[in-house]
Amino acid sequence: MKALKELGIIVGILFTGHLIQQIGKLPMPGTVLGMIILLLCLLSGILKLEKIETVAQFFLDHLTFLFIPGGVGLISSLDLIREKWLPILIVIVLSTALVIAATGLTVQLLKNLRKEEAN
Amino acid sequence: MDYLNTPIFGFIISIIAFQIGLFINKKTKKAIFNPLIIAIGLIMILLLSFNIDYEIYNKGGSIISFFLGPATVVLAVPLFKQIERLKSSGIPVLVGIIVGCTTAVVSVFFLSKLFGLTETLSTSLLPKSVTAAISMEISKQIGGIPALTVAVTVLTGITGNVIGSYVCKLFRIKDEVATGVAMGTASHAIGTAKAMELGEVQGAMSSLAISVAGLITVFLAPWLLQLLS
Repeated sequence: MKALKELGIIVGILFTGHLIQQIGKLPMPGTVLGMIILLLCLLSGILKLEKIETVAQFFLDHLTFLFIPGGVGLISSLDLIREKWLPILIVIVLSTALVIAATGLTVQLLKNLRKEEAN
Repeated sequence: MDYLNTPIFGFIISIIAFQIGLFINKKTKKAIFNPLIIAIGLIMILLLSFNIDYEIYNKGGSIISFFLGPATVVLAVPLFKQIERLKSSGIPVLVGIIVGCTTAVVSVFFLSKLFGLTETLSTSLLPKSVTAAISMEISKQIGGIPALTVAVTVLTGITGNVIGSYVCKLFRIKDEVATGVAMGTASHAIGTAKAMELGEVQGAMSSLAISVAGLITVFLAPWLLQLLS
């Protein structure tokens, strides 16, 4: 019954996230709030990692599978992308390259500056 | 097709399609043959060729989707395990991720305009660099099509996986930490798979960047969108 208890804790945290989101009318997803709550619980030591680790690992290992139905939902917007698939692909490739370059260069530059300061 | 009108149909079809996807991916060892893309494609072809309504498939599908909620919550676990690493590498990494997330949103916004994409399309593309669990939620929030966001998020992951090391070479990004953070920020878990091949430091930094970038983009995307439009 250990897995059921773990699932209960995780879903309980998710529910709390949704409650906070709705009551506070916050502009962020309840699931992400749940993630923040769990992180805070773990960091503060209120919740030990062992109390949720088995089920958490199961979800993390199978995360990709869970996106299938959402992705198949694309079937309802096929008309919308039929004419635009090429520009969409171009935007994806260009912006991904830009993000890699901007992120990498920033980290590298700041690390080098730090090193120079230390010297 | 009454005999398909049960949650079991969508559920079992999803498992079979994903197993086929995993098999093809394992045989070819190519990021392009992503198991998720293959599974989604196979199911779409099946539904279209036999004229099965998405609603019928989704009776089982929605049961699977339900578990995305708890699965997003437990993304806190890898972040918790690596928080020490974030503390020690500190400011450069954090600033790098913030710059990356901003670049992602702003570049999609302007590139979409440049290539004549409608607002719905560009909004659906906006959160595509972060992990699908989060990008899908952001998409809902800012008025995109979540299903399209899931698809482009996976494509972004594959793109980062394939072009990542070339882009780093082109821009002379040699630092291992910088390479890892860049891959994770731009292309979440699928890019991280490549970062892990490049080295242990790259892999660890990349997987750290996934959840941090996700959290930052939740705050950044709606705000930047408002600012830009």
